[in-house]
Amino acid sequence: MAMATPQSADGETPVFYLKEEHAHPEGGSTLLGFWLYLMSDCLIFACLFAIYGVLGTSYAAGPAPKDLFDLPLVAVNTAMLLLSSITYGLAMLAMAKGSVREVLIWLGVTGLFGLAFLGIELYEFAHLIHLGATPQRSAFLSAFFTLVGTHGLHVAFGILWLVTLMAQVGRFGLIEANRRRLTCLSMFWHFLDVIWIGVFTFVYLLGVLR
Amino acid sequence: MSAPNAQTHAETHAAHHHGHDHGAQAHAHGSLRGYLTGFVLSVVLTAIPFWLVMGDVLDSRQLTGFIVVAFAAVQIVVHMIYFLHMDTRSEEGWTMMALIFTIIVVVIALAGSLWVMYHLNTNTMPFHDMQQMRR
Repeated sequence: MAMATPQSADGETPVFYLKEEHAHPEGGSTLLGFWLYLMSDCLIFACLFAIYGVLGTSYAAGPAPKDLFDLPLVAVNTAMLLLSSITYGLAMLAMAKGSVREVLIWLGVTGLFGLAFLGIELYEFAHLIHLGATPQRSAFLSAFFTLVGTHGLHVAFGILWLVTLMAQVGRFGLIEANRRRLTCLSMFWHFLDVIWIGVFTFVYLLGVLR
Repeated sequence: MSAPNAQTHAETHAAHHHGHDHGAQAHAHGSLRGYLTGFVLSVVLTAIPFWLVMGDVLDSRQLTGFIVVAFAAVQIVVHMIYFLHMDTRSEEGWTMMALIFTIIVVVIALAGSLWVMYHLNTNTMPFHDMQQMRR
């Protein structure tokens, strides 16, 4: 009788585990994993915001935000990113409907808004450098170019990813894997818009206000 | 004893996976109404801070700055809900857990850096000492 229920040395009944793992559907945890990546990306931006917060007033007798920033241009840039967010949302709705053509159209429009955003940002950077406000000029400008440039780099890679997915959807249609990828890019794209809220508030608006 | 136990375990697991998939689906799509609501709110929440700063509407800069930051905080929440479809149910709450953890770390990193560096700056400024010597 004592042999029927095995017991460990201290008299406790051992716990048994399932030896065989249950099936994991392919890509079942991708969205959570991608969300965790976005959260770690968020920490990168938190560090860059902290650096900007610390060094943002160290002008080294150089130009201050008030002398450099062109708020109407920033407002147009913000509008571009916001519009690209809603058009990506429309692409996701088209995906839910299963219309390849609509998905491609809305992704294309999103990509164009993204390119417009990048173009305006590069124009702004070129203008600043032309004025002599280069990253080497002061700690404020180093922190500014690092923070805003890192966000711009994310947008650039987002556009590259978007073009890749347009090719994928055009070739293979809205298969399960492509739906998953489009959902990941959707999170990435909206996440960049959230970061931009921080940038235009803390860097541009509060900078000009200072 | 162990066999029926394993059975119920498998059943709860199946149910759990079903619920999980359903959550992922809801997470993925959103609705036209949701996206448009989020868009309109974002436009309003962006336009007001830009107008306040560009038009120099308020006399107090401090008040303007406070309002601008408050609008940004609200807009971030709007984006989270309407565009990123955050809720406490998706992925059994793990996305929300990760978000809360991240917010805590971000607040510590930002507030800590600013606090420490501000005091470091004010306490090591050479002219600060000279002012005291003059008195």
